Amino acid sequence: MNVPQNLRYNTSHEWVLLDGDVATIGISDHAQEELTDVVFVELPPIGKTVDAGDPTAVVESVKAASDIYAPIAGEVVEVNNEVEADPSLVNTDPYGKGWIFKLKVKNAAQIDTLLDAAGYEALIG
Amino acid sequence: MSTTIQSTPLEALHVRLGARMVPFAGWNMPVQYTSIMDEHGAVRSSAGIFDISHMGQFIVRGPGALAWLNRMLANNVAKLAPGQGQYSFLLNESGGVIDDLIVYRTGEESFFLVVNASMIDEDFFWMAKHQPDDVEFSNESALWAGMAVQGPKSAVAFAKVCPGEELPPRNGISRFPVEGGEAVVCRTGYTGEDGFEFFCPAGEGETWFQKFIDAGVKACGLGARDSLRLEMCYPLNGSDLSPERTPIEAGLGFFVDLDKGDFIGRETLAKQKAEGPARRLVALEYTDKGAPPRSHYPVLDASGQVVSELSSGVLSPSLGKGIGMAYLPAELAKPGTDLFVDVRGRQFPAKVVKKPFYKPATQKA
Repeated sequence: MNVPQNLRYNTSHEWVLLDGDVATIGISDHAQEELTDVVFVELPPIGKTVDAGDPTAVVESVKAASDIYAPIAGEVVEVNNEVEADPSLVNTDPYGKGWIFKLKVKNAAQIDTLLDAAGYEALIG
Repeated sequence: MSTTIQSTPLEALHVRLGARMVPFAGWNMPVQYTSIMDEHGAVRSSAGIFDISHMGQFIVRGPGALAWLNRMLANNVAKLAPGQGQYSFLLNESGGVIDDLIVYRTGEESFFLVVNASMIDEDFFWMAKHQPDDVEFSNESALWAGMAVQGPKSAVAFAKVCPGEELPPRNGISRFPVEGGEAVVCRTGYTGEDGFEFFCPAGEGETWFQKFIDAGVKACGLGARDSLRLEMCYPLNGSDLSPERTPIEAGLGFFVDLDKGDFIGRETLAKQKAEGPARRLVALEYTDKGAPPRSHYPVLDASGQVVSELSSGVLSPSLGKGIGMAYLPAELAKPGTDLFVDVRGRQFPAKVVKKPFYKPATQKA
């Protein structure tokens, strides 16, 4: 299972890459493998304000719809239209082309409440 | 109905094969092994195998067997010669569906019924309540393991696994001796593809399932089973069929014989057929891309009024678009009628289409 060291993880299987005050969010390799065959991604509207834990996007497989939660509070500043057009990117490149949305974070220190790679590996182990 | 989760004779094998197990109709069943898309595709282009051991098997025998079944079931059992089977319904007094099933005539006075897993106890209780003295009626569900082999290459797999044996014709049944007893082979299925259902003594289930896999058949779970059957508009009892809906409303009047004499539920069905049902189970598909439709999502008419909800829905792996079924008022049931499906507050345009959604290349006339 691929768990990149440079990312932080939510217990609900989202990853976060913080760059300055912008956080890029996607779902982990483990999560995409559990979902299998992502067939639809519902993106949030730009400008939407979310708190940590808010359902913000939806990823759907043939069998089920799963909420993607904001791991950290902020405002949606960018969404990945490519995954809307080709949802399978979430399966094939979950940490790259399969990213889902970006938040301008309210408080960058909130990232410390999330798991690091070792902690996430222990969770899914 | 039992409250504990039951295991089929194939459970341990599913786990060894890496299946993801989920509770379904009171049974611990594989929902998928690799991916629903792959498994769906294998059945459409090659062959797949499903565990159907959870389904029920009833045996009916005796001088009164045919007359009794014709009173209990909506289709006409007298049309079956020994070796033939038909799709039929067990109805309540008001014509609502208790269960949909397949009845096979195995001899002049003997029949083999295959019923839904979730309904075994209820079907058996209902039928036993009406059982006359000249009929023997038994529930053999626990004795059999069952597997459905489906897809254009299913007959090739059968020839490899059962050399010297012949598949029965479409909707037919045959049997032959195997280790531990007898195998029963029915040329039916729930995918629209050519294929068969294979029943054997419960203790031999793993061996046979593995033999079909070794013959190149892909193990498939309930996820693909559901998307395959919905592409064909085959109803799922409990979703598309219920005690409040009749086969006439479900558009399955072809499997009802109103002229065979009286049967339980006949009065309502005859009236609906004469007057036209007020609601009909229709097929609808998205006109564009959209969030996958799923059961219970609201269905709206062109003006935005909620008129129903989906009884089933899926993003069709074969067609790449959302498909579903819903009971709609008769005036909205015509192909071409514009509708919307509401997914989490977003409305996706859809229209009523003719059934089925998909026509398999291998389907026999």
